[in-house]
Amino acid sequence: MKTAGKILVSAYALAIYGFIFLPVIVLVLFSLQASSFPIPPFTGPSLRWYEAVLSDRRLMSALFNSVVLAGLSSAVAVTLGFLAAWGFARYHLPRSSLMRALITLPLTVSYLIIGMGLLIVFNWAGVPKSLLAAGIGHVVINLPLCFAIIYSQMGDNQVNFERAARDLGASEWKVLFLVSVPVLWPAIFASFFLSMTFSWDEFVIAFLLTRFDTTLPVEIWNLLRSGLNPRTNAIGSLVFGVSIVMALLLELVFLRRTRR
Amino acid sequence: MSESQPGRLLPWALVTPALLWTLVFFVLPFLAMVVLSLTHHDDGRATFENYRQFFDNPSYWRAMVNSLQVTSIVTVISVLLAYPFAWILAEIVPPRLQRLALVLAILPFWTSYVVRSYSWLLVLAQNGVVNQALTGSGLFDTPLQIANTRAATVIGFVHFFVMLLTLTIFANLKQLSPSYRRAAADLGAGPVRTFLHVILPLTLPGIMVGAFLTFVLAIGDYITPQILGGNNELLMPQLIMMQIGRRGDFPLASALAIILMVVVTIAYIVCSRWLKIERT
Repeated sequence: MKTAGKILVSAYALAIYGFIFLPVIVLVLFSLQASSFPIPPFTGPSLRWYEAVLSDRRLMSALFNSVVLAGLSSAVAVTLGFLAAWGFARYHLPRSSLMRALITLPLTVSYLIIGMGLLIVFNWAGVPKSLLAAGIGHVVINLPLCFAIIYSQMGDNQVNFERAARDLGASEWKVLFLVSVPVLWPAIFASFFLSMTFSWDEFVIAFLLTRFDTTLPVEIWNLLRSGLNPRTNAIGSLVFGVSIVMALLLELVFLRRTRR
Repeated sequence: MSESQPGRLLPWALVTPALLWTLVFFVLPFLAMVVLSLTHHDDGRATFENYRQFFDNPSYWRAMVNSLQVTSIVTVISVLLAYPFAWILAEIVPPRLQRLALVLAILPFWTSYVVRSYSWLLVLAQNGVVNQALTGSGLFDTPLQIANTRAATVIGFVHFFVMLLTLTIFANLKQLSPSYRRAAADLGAGPVRTFLHVILPLTLPGIMVGAFLTFVLAIGDYITPQILGGNNELLMPQLIMMQIGRRGDFPLASALAIILMVVVTIAYIVCSRWLKIERT
């Protein structure tokens, strides 16, 4: 009975792991395909599709756009989120809970609706479709996240550091940048990287708000029109690799610090 | 307060940028959408026409029904698959390996959204891995048509949400104090009774939160149904994007998006009520 249970448990776990990894394995395996269809039989290994992708100007400029967009929009989101979190945590403002709810509100709305709303307003205001427009959208989706993460980490024990600094004559701005920022660094770092991964991966807003210069997910979407194609496998595997590195960085730098 | 050197403006200077950003780029666009949904596509006069169209046109209705069906199926299957898996990770896997096991279990979570759906297309295509395995082994004579059906959409969604739910349920199980289990054992309950009467009820609120998250994220997603399900049957996000892209009908798209939001809000109200009953 006991061994039967053990076999059942292992089989179940293996089956789920298999299900979870199946598409990733197929994606990466057939990115190494030598012939031009990413379907069995496997004819590789060959790096020709990676070469094709890396020398593809459209894809590489989309990759560059995505990195810049993710970096800048996350920086803006973290800055605004941190300042607001600090303001709400350290000062008594009238209607504070209402304003905090307002800042976190976009978390409850789907990206499709956020993108559509911005598209309508930008159309009216004459703002052209561009990376800047998409960047504004990415700040909208990441600001509430950064705010919520940093605000939740603002414990009372940090107030003591700040009081001490003030007693020693530091100005408010000095307290902010020389005491609060370093103390809250793990939360700031985590929210920045989380924003990066969300922006890096985001499709619908970028799809609606960009035109000629676009991001990597949108460019991959355009590739899909040509059906199954090992080029898509290659660029997809590269994107997966980048995301894994970002996730591992987050795990190593942030989680290790909090556990200490 | 004695610490008010730069005056009362500082706190406002801190919170205003974030508030302004949210007002200008989130609240204002949303209001614009509401206004637009109440105007006529051709001449811009005020009308309920867009909302009426949804209730009059059976194909629009159909998209909503499809969305609700697919999302419900996905939520139920994902919870049923993820719970035992999370339980195995939390209870059976030795503690020093748990972190690794969990990181592995959510690794493909980090593939890009578009790429993940494309990968499933590779797996499920007419001559893809699954079909070649099935026909190659002689189980089936003809390949199964999975891609471009509802089944493909469901599989793509379930894949993503099994990972998400495993993570949340695992965290939930780990938060339970071991004393509950000991108390149940002391009172003579076997492992099965302990699970059914202690562990399961205690993790139910967490499951509800995860299920609700699944529902909300799945019902608003455009990528997975568009890539895997194709255009044979439309879900709401596909219908909305179709109004924007092919027809440029923003008023109708806005109305449909707002209807979808209302449905999600109703689901939230139903869910939160259920949660409260569970807690008391």
